[in-house]
Amino acid sequence: MTEGLIEALSGLGPQLAEHVLLSAAAVALGLVLALPLAVWACRSPPVAKVALGFASLVQTIPALALLALFFPILLAARAIVGEGLPTLGFLPAWLALGLYALLPILRNAVTALTNIDAETIEAADGLGMTAMQKLRLVEIPLAAPYVMAGIRTASVWTIGAATLATTIGQRSLGDPIFAGLQTQNWVLVLAGCIASAGLALTADALLGLVERGFAKRRLRLSLAGALLALAGIAAAGISLTDWRGGPAQDTVVIGAKSFSEQYILARAIGSLLEDAGYTVEYREGLGSAVVHSAVTTGAIDISIDYTGTLWTNALGRADNPGRDAMYDEIRRWEARTTGTLVLGRLGFENAYGLAMRRDVADARSITTVADLAAAAPVLTMGGDPEWFERPEWAAVRDAYGLSFDEQRNFSPTFMYNALQSGEADVISAYTSDGRIAADDLVVLEDPRGALPAYDAIVLLSPESAGDERLIAALEPLIGAVHVETMRQANYAVDRDTDKWSPERAADWLLAEIRD
Amino acid sequence: MAQSDQPFLRFEQVSKHYGAICAVNGVSLGVAAGEFVALVGASGSGKSTLLKMVNRLVTPGEGRVLLDGTDVADVPAPRLRHDIGYVFQGIGLFGHMRVVENIALVPRLEGQRLAESRIKELLELVELDPDMANRYPDALSGGQRQRVGVARALAGNPRLLLMDEPFGALDAITRASLGERVKRLHKDLGLTTVMVTHDMAEALLLGSRVLVMDAGRIVADAAPAQLLAGEGGPEAQALVAVPRDQAKALAKLT
Repeated sequence: MTEGLIEALSGLGPQLAEHVLLSAAAVALGLVLALPLAVWACRSPPVAKVALGFASLVQTIPALALLALFFPILLAARAIVGEGLPTLGFLPAWLALGLYALLPILRNAVTALTNIDAETIEAADGLGMTAMQKLRLVEIPLAAPYVMAGIRTASVWTIGAATLATTIGQRSLGDPIFAGLQTQNWVLVLAGCIASAGLALTADALLGLVERGFAKRRLRLSLAGALLALAGIAAAGISLTDWRGGPAQDTVVIGAKSFSEQYILARAIGSLLEDAGYTVEYREGLGSAVVHSAVTTGAIDISIDYTGTLWTNALGRADNPGRDAMYDEIRRWEARTTGTLVLGRLGFENAYGLAMRRDVADARSITTVADLAAAAPVLTMGGDPEWFERPEWAAVRDAYGLSFDEQRNFSPTFMYNALQSGEADVISAYTSDGRIAADDLVVLEDPRGALPAYDAIVLLSPESAGDERLIAALEPLIGAVHVETMRQANYAVDRDTDKWSPERAADWLLAEIRD
Repeated sequence: MAQSDQPFLRFEQVSKHYGAICAVNGVSLGVAAGEFVALVGASGSGKSTLLKMVNRLVTPGEGRVLLDGTDVADVPAPRLRHDIGYVFQGIGLFGHMRVVENIALVPRLEGQRLAESRIKELLELVELDPDMANRYPDALSGGQRQRVGVARALAGNPRLLLMDEPFGALDAITRASLGERVKRLHKDLGLTTVMVTHDMAEALLLGSRVLVMDAGRIVADAAPAQLLAGEGGPEAQALVAVPRDQAKALAKLT
């Protein structure tokens, strides 16, 4: 465990460096916004009200949502700024975290400036200071320790929230956390948490030094803290410059949503492309809603998606024309509206299916969803957090008249555990999930065809759609991945003991395909 | 001393209203160069408001204030205030500046450096140990702080010194000794001084001329000796009675 942890930590250099740069840039942005606003606010109560109200409002938005919101915002901004505007990665993360850093700095600065005692202000005026002199000689020096305390709070918050930047394709210390959470690799999660907590504590200590120096009028202390912090940021910048090396031509960016199958397939695609001479970058742990927009706008080059997902979310359709018709329609629709190439189907489905433990299903003689409907009033249904909001649930519920005793939400990982422990009797399983075979689950038949198809498909961004070499390199995957192969690969990553890394599972998967 | 037709400081029919409250009500007044005017009155009588019209911390609603023949409203406020020493009850030393930086502030605002010898001189004028120059205000007693306040007010070589309850927050002994010191400085430096106080004894001891204010108007204007001789009207005499009765009571105790 300890050895694995040290190994995991030592592999986090680039993530740590990017995390440092992102956090520092975000706090700097917060500072640049907050300070002039604070000076304005302390001279005008209405401005103070609006500014602090806005900053507080931003703070109530969950950081994850705020980060995700900048994707559509930047997408809309492309209409004004031009197509070159990045919509994923550093820019949205920087903007969102900068806004997040705004409140503590602004609030402390406004409080400090408005609470300078009346006698000090009367003296400043009585001696004949101009407004600028008063600001420079009196207000700023007196407010500085409090502003510094705000910067300190903002830094700790930002370093914590920056782990979420992973979900919008910015490398950060969230990478090992999200990857680890998904694949139940707790060592990886712990490594990410330790690294980001350590970074937060370090920043807090250094900025604390600066703050103490200001408060105690010991300039050297402030200078030492500030220089050490700057040295850390500079070191992060230098390490990344070296790491990136020369300008990478032919770099293909592969996106992956935040679950094991996506990690494995992304690595399999990456492996094929590297063999074909491409340089590959991964944007892993992307939000499900972000991935499609990312590939259609070229923020990433390749993604793997599922027909049923695009059918409802991108095409906005609620009907169910059947597996092949759905695929053909999506292919046409993408070509027509986004210019994205649907390269082909991988060969397996990752559909929603209602799954039960075999012993429970046998005891109640349940083999189809229709059988389930009769027993539903005494059973508990477990679903992932979005399941009960999804049209699939509505479709299957209405088709069979399902009405359960209780409905509970679980994270995808814990859903299977809930089934084993009896906290749920039926779950909304994913048909390519390795745990179906491993836990000996029964996926109930759907005789009325209520659940739509979820064929795994490969999408190429409009810019990559014409790259024949790329298309040829990916050819071996198309139609070649059987659901049993995918289940085994997923299980090798998801299981509790003898876990494989997604890379290893990808290698195994490619070997299986070649056989 | 004073040219009666052209006083150094002149109030012309100045008034100030705060909503329905009339703080200063049509005051006209001349102060000759070299005078030490003590402005006495109860809280809310308008004496501080009248004083602050001179350095424009308060703008009169009506009327005008002339300093050396010039309407103060015509001079940019910073420029005007650099030439007027201002000492007030709150003292208002800047806590993040050393004593020496506090004292050298007015010249610094004008882009000048105050010579070391001058700082030493100013500290001596207010009877402070030169070793205190590098201390921060929080390491000083209340009396020492107000001495720094006076030194700061004098650093720009003002001709006019405005003092708003300058010794109000000090203990009796410090108050007496600092008051005496200021009276000497007033004389030695050839200043014109206007001091607001609610303490008639202090006004009688320090001032060369005592003005009594009540409800925004000047109700008495006399030299200390005249007031002690019973002149100046009933409001003034009511104020003079307080220290006089105290002195009599003290005399009986001996």
